Parts: sequence; C-alpha cells; structure tokens
Amino acid sequence: MSHPSMRLTRRSALLGLTAAFTAGRYSVALAAAATQKRFVVVILRGALDGMSAVVPYGDANLGLWRASLIPPQPGAEGGLLDLGGFYGLNPALSGFHALYQANELLPVHAVAGPYRVRSHFEAQDYLEFGSDHAMTSGWMNRLAQEIPANKGGSDTALAVGNAVPLVLRGPASVGSWLPQSFAQPAPELYARLMALHAHDPITGPAIREGLKERGFTEATLANAPPQAGGGFGALCQSTGRLLAAPDGPRLAALEIGGWDTHTQQKNRLTYPLRQLDEGMVQLKAGLGTAWRNTTVLVMTEFGRTVRVNGTGGTDHGTGTVAFVLGGDVTGGRVQANWPGLSQANLFENRDLQPTADLRAVTKGLIGPLFGLDAAALGRVFPQSERAEAIGGLIRAG
Amino acid sequence: MNTNTAHALIRFGLGRIGQQTPPADPVGGLLAELDGPDPALSLPGATTAEGLIALREDRAARAARKADGTQEEPHRVRDLLQAEADRLGDHILTTPHGFRERLVWFWANHFTVSLRRPEIACVINAYLREAIRPHVTGTFHDMLLAVMNHPAMLMYLDNQGSIGPNSPAGQRTHRGLNENLARESLELHTVTPASGYTQADVTSYAKILTGWSIDLQLNPPGYLFRLNAHEPGEKQLMGRTFPHGRGGALEAFAFLAHHPATQRNLATKLVRHFVADDPPPSCVAKVEAVLRDTGGDLKAATTAVLHLPEAWTPLAKLRDPFDYVVAVLRAMDLPKPQRPPQVARVMAGLGQPPFAAPLPNGWPDTAAEWDGPEAMMRRIDWAYGVSGRGGALDALQVADAALGPLLHADTLEQMRRAGSRRDALTLLLASPEFQRR
Repeated sequence: MSHPSMRLTRRSALLGLTAAFTAGRYSVALAAAATQKRFVVVILRGALDGMSAVVPYGDANLGLWRASLIPPQPGAEGGLLDLGGFYGLNPALSGFHALYQANELLPVHAVAGPYRVRSHFEAQDYLEFGSDHAMTSGWMNRLAQEIPANKGGSDTALAVGNAVPLVLRGPASVGSWLPQSFAQPAPELYARLMALHAHDPITGPAIREGLKERGFTEATLANAPPQAGGGFGALCQSTGRLLAAPDGPRLAALEIGGWDTHTQQKNRLTYPLRQLDEGMVQLKAGLGTAWRNTTVLVMTEFGRTVRVNGTGGTDHGTGTVAFVLGGDVTGGRVQANWPGLSQANLFENRDLQPTADLRAVTKGLIGPLFGLDAAALGRVFPQSERAEAIGGLIRAG
Repeated sequence: MNTNTAHALIRFGLGRIGQQTPPADPVGGLLAELDGPDPALSLPGATTAEGLIALREDRAARAARKADGTQEEPHRVRDLLQAEADRLGDHILTTPHGFRERLVWFWANHFTVSLRRPEIACVINAYLREAIRPHVTGTFHDMLLAVMNHPAMLMYLDNQGSIGPNSPAGQRTHRGLNENLARESLELHTVTPASGYTQADVTSYAKILTGWSIDLQLNPPGYLFRLNAHEPGEKQLMGRTFPHGRGGALEAFAFLAHHPATQRNLATKLVRHFVADDPPPSCVAKVEAVLRDTGGDLKAATTAVLHLPEAWTPLAKLRDPFDYVVAVLRAMDLPKPQRPPQVARVMAGLGQPPFAAPLPNGWPDTAAEWDGPEAMMRRIDWAYGVSGRGGALDALQVADAALGPLLHADTLEQMRRAGSRRDALTLLLASPEFQRR
C-alpha cells in the first residue's frame, strides 16, 4: 500500500470515482507542477500573547505574574484544552485542539523573530525580511525563487489581501487576490476609531450609529466578540481552494490583525483567536485532499510581557508561540525548550525568554518540504547559520 | 508645517502630496495659484466638437447596427470619456495647484451638468475646459455666458429642444417651450428665489432663451442659435425689457450676472464652501461687496475669501467623498501602479460619483448631507482597504506631512499603539481630523 498510485486508486474507489481516471489526472498534475507541496504563512500582526494562546499552566510561576489572564484548568467549565499535561490551548482554539488530537498541529513555544526590538513595525519588517538587518526582499519571495515554477506559468506565490506583504515582496513574481467583501477592519480597530471620534460633533454620532446598525455595540466591540470566524474563515477557505488547484500557487501568505491587547486582554483576545481558529479549520476544508501536502506556519512579530499591566492587558514583549499545522507535520505535541518563568529566567526581567529562532523553525519546515539543502536555505535566510534548522518537524517520506 | 500652511493645503487645496514642500508663505502661495491660465488647460483633451462627432458617429453606428444587427455596440464616446477621466484623475492627484482645482470643481458644481443625462458624456470634460476653467479667475458674467452657450448645459437642461410657440418652427411643429434651463438658471445659477421672481419671469426667460440650441450635423458640430425657433418680440424679465433675437439673452445674462441677488448667492456659496456650513453673514457681506465693486470679478472675490479671518480658524467643514478620496491618495502619494484602480468607483461607493450629481443643484456642501452613519462606516472601510496598499509607508510620517499640527494627540497615541502599519494608517485616514477641510 505504499505506492502512491495504489493509495489513490483505493481512495478514488472509495469516492466512487473511476480509479484509472483519477489516478491518471493525479499523475498529470504531478507532471505539470514542480511540486505538490503547499506552504502557507499566516502573519498575526500586532503581537500575539503566546502564553495566552498556549498556556504553560504547568509552570508554577505562571500564576505569580498573570493569574487574572489564565483560563480555568483543563476539564473545568470554559477551561484550557489540554496539550499533554503542561501546556493548554486557549478555549477559543477548539478547532486547533481537534487538529492537535489528529496529530496535525504542532505548537512551537518560546520562539522569537531574528531581531530584538519592541516596535511592531520594525519587528514585522525583520520577521518578513527573515533577517536581523534590512533587506530588499522578503524571505518567502526568496523561497519562491528556490522552487521551480509551475509549468502552467502561474505564479508560485500568492498574496491573500489587497497588497503584497513584505514577506512576499522581491524579484519573484507574486500573484495577489482579495475578494471585495473582505476589506473590513477588525472590530477592535472600529472600537479605537469610535473612541477617537467620540467627541466629534459631526462624525462621532454618525460612527456610533453606523456601528450599531452593523450589529456592533460598545460591549461587543470592547469585550465579547460578535461572531466566530467572520470574514477570515471564508477568506481562508477560498485560499485553500486556490491552493488545491493542481496548477495553483504553492506558497501563500495571509495576515490577520487584532492581537495588540494592551487592555482587557482576556476578553479581547477571544475574538481574534476564534477568527484564527475558524480560519485554519476553513483553510483545511478548502484544501480538501491537498491538506495532506500542506504545511502552515502561523507566526507573530513578538510576544507580550509576562506581567499583566494596569489595564488588564499586556505590553510589547519578546518570546511567544508559533503554530505549525498540516498533513505532514509531526503534530500532537508541543515543541519547546521551555525557559521557565522564574524572575531570573525572564528576558530583561519582563518577557518570555526566547529559546528558538523562528528562522530555525521555518528552515526545519521548508528544507524537507521542498528538498532545499543548506546552501538553498542560506539563500532564503542569509547569515542565519546560528539559527540551525530544527529537525523532526515534518514527517519523513 | 505650521497651522496656516496646513489650512492652506487642506481648507483651500486638495491636500498635500506626500512630502512635497509647501509654499513658505501660505497665503502668497494660494494667491499665486490665481495668476495666469489654468495649468490643466495645457493638458491634452477633446474639444466639444470632437466629443459631439463621437456622439454623432456612435448614433449612426447604432442605427446601422439596428438595421443589420451585426456590428458591436459602438463605444467612441465611452472610450473618449475613459481617456479624459484617466487624465483628469492623474491631474487631480498630482497637481501642485490644488486651490485652483478646488475652484474649478466648486464652479463646475455651481453650474452642474451630470452624467445622469448620458448624452453629455461626450462633452463633459470639454465643458470643464471650455466653460469653467478659463473663467475661474475671470468674471462671473463671462463664465455664465460660456456655460449658457455650451452644448453640455444646453443638452443637460433641455434647452436645445425649447421652441418659441409663435416662432416659425413653433407654428410649423406645434411644439413649445421647455422651461428647464430658464428655471434652473434663475433659481440655482444666478438670482435665486430670494430675488422674488415669478413663474411669469421663468416663462418669459425661457422665451428669451429660445433658439439657444446645438446642431450635431454642423461641421464642426456645436452651439447654434436657431432664429426660426426663437420666440418673436420683446420679453420682460424681472421688470426689465429684453429685445428680440440672440441679443436678448446676452442682455439678460449681463443683467442676471450683475444682479445683487446673484452676488449674494455666489458670496454665500463661496463662504459656505471655504469657511463654514452656516456662512457667517459678515463674511458673506464682505465677499458680496467685492463682487459688486468689481463687476463680478471672481479672482477678487476668491482673494477676499482668502483674506477672511474666519477662513483661518480651525477646520470646521466635513470633506465630501470626492475631496476625501483625493486627499487620502495625495497623502499616500503612491506610484501610479500601486494606486487603487477605478478611483471614480470608490467615490461612487462613498456616495459621490464624479460628474453624476442626481439633480441640477449639484452636490451638497454641508456636513449634514455627507455624515450618514453608513457613509462614515464606508469611509472607514475604504480607509482600511486603501491602507493595505501603503506597503512600507510610515503612517506617522504620512500624518505629519498631511496634517502637521492638526493631528490630534489621541490619534497620534492610537497610531503609535497600532498593531500594524496598516492599522496605523487606517487610524490616521479614518481619524476625525482627516475628515475635515
């Protein structure tokens, strides 16, 4: 049963299709595209608090710093979704938990980008350059240059959104795609704008009323998110369908905001987490069988302070979590060299100490996926020798 | 950038382009824009005759197509309009003469013609170039005359088919007056109902205007006075007598252009546009006096507006969608390939399709007409959408260049705390102060 066409024959028989036809199409597709592997990057702009998404509830010091941010223990009402006894997923990430249980989710904890800086914009730039210095291209664009182009001539890489993010910019041609109806900001941004306009005699009442007419109330903007998923789920499903096409793109970048939780974090984080959760579930649905050949890396520019600030939120920090998802990943576990949360272990006495470089994670994914050797990985991430590829993230074979 | 410079760029202009250096002397810079011919007139553009030829040829092709059913839908006018709109769009986003351009759109709105009458598409930019742009710094009388004999206005307000009942053509065809242009000319363009004219005046003015028409078959096609459609005899208008013939209308225009009620109307609209939704009477009086003393010199009137102390108080007007979209795109100053395509559609989505005002009174000039809840939400959504095109733009730099000291501390604080460049730029472009002019 190890021969691919044999497996396909069996699968297509189960689907009620004629075996020869499906197997034949599959082989044609293989010939047409240089690779069947898909690699998707989701950038969480605004800095996800990694320790709220994947909570190290087994660390005895956690409650010392941020008791008010910790969801109930696993098993309790609205409690953490356990990841093997030390870590637990935020209860908003139920779809992630199902993927974890299917060995298709691999959280990577205590990671950070290549450069220590606490400005969102600069940190996002370095994250996307894949470097600790400014470059003229993003690392996914350089990755696209290492992957032979599709025979059909379509772009290898796709930006999902109305602009090409820095991570995809560079010499390699990049497609971009956005359905019209998705251009709406996160509720959190609406809330900020409503506050800015609050005292304006002309625009203040109009925006307050406009949000109300669209079903937002001040309570939903500030606290309980109005609905799970929203447009991001649909966007991800469409992206999945585009990637599933035999001659479709092989690399895609998505971005989603709403993570900059300086206030009321426990409530405010629920909405973007649910969006992300729904997005990844829908991405898998859109990919269909191509999910088996897909790897997703979810990353953010930095983490947030270990301590709660004065307004129930957290400020800009360092170490955080990344997620690897997909049919090929060695999931069902948490990859981490946990630094611990005792005061002495905190980075600059405020942040989670990073113990892995996101470039090391990424190299550990794209190396085996696209058969890139050390030289090729060095072209994607120049001067990253110290961030050695982490092995064993992708299933062999 | 100091506050007066910011006001010059925003209240009187189309907004600063990127980091372009503004004039050192804000008032002097604005006054300099009033000198010389409109720079836009040196751009290429179709004439009215060329537009009407395109219309004529499309109509002929359409008739032929009906006959044999084989040809494709003719598109000369469509192509011409598209080319003119592209050029005009580029000009608006890149011209350093923002004040001059604002005046052009102000007067084009005063003398509205609209694509709601599709046949004027072929001459709409020619109308700007021939009837509006040359006279923005000239006299109101000259502009009125240029408008009244322009085919765009004659078609839009139906005067081309208005026939004196007692004229030879009227006697032969038993067709009669169309009062549309006469009524709007009095009500909107000149004296307004405040002057106390009656329905009899409207009818009589319509008779004065009979014969002011166009001929598509002429070479070149264009304006034509049709004497055989002109109502015979002297006519009365607002207590005055006007002679038979084309000269009657010319005298009527001179009378109306210099009428005190017209000067009051123009002064009120100018002050409402540049100063406040509720024009302060003292401001109106000053501008009105200048119009009276100069025989309707629009350059002098505009200069008087610039010198109103009230024109340099904090910005109180809400940008209309056209101005808002233009200001955003000028502030972002993106290279052309990165600009959003179909800017006209964006404006339409925000409630103000260019050249397509619903009625002859043009686009409204008060906040109450533009600040509907959904209208403001769409601005926010569009601001978020267009911010996605900003790439590596530094929102704080854009804010400093576009607003300078007008940026609120709250907005700056929120921008600093934004989670992404895009969010920061959205906060700027959707901020209350960016909605003002």
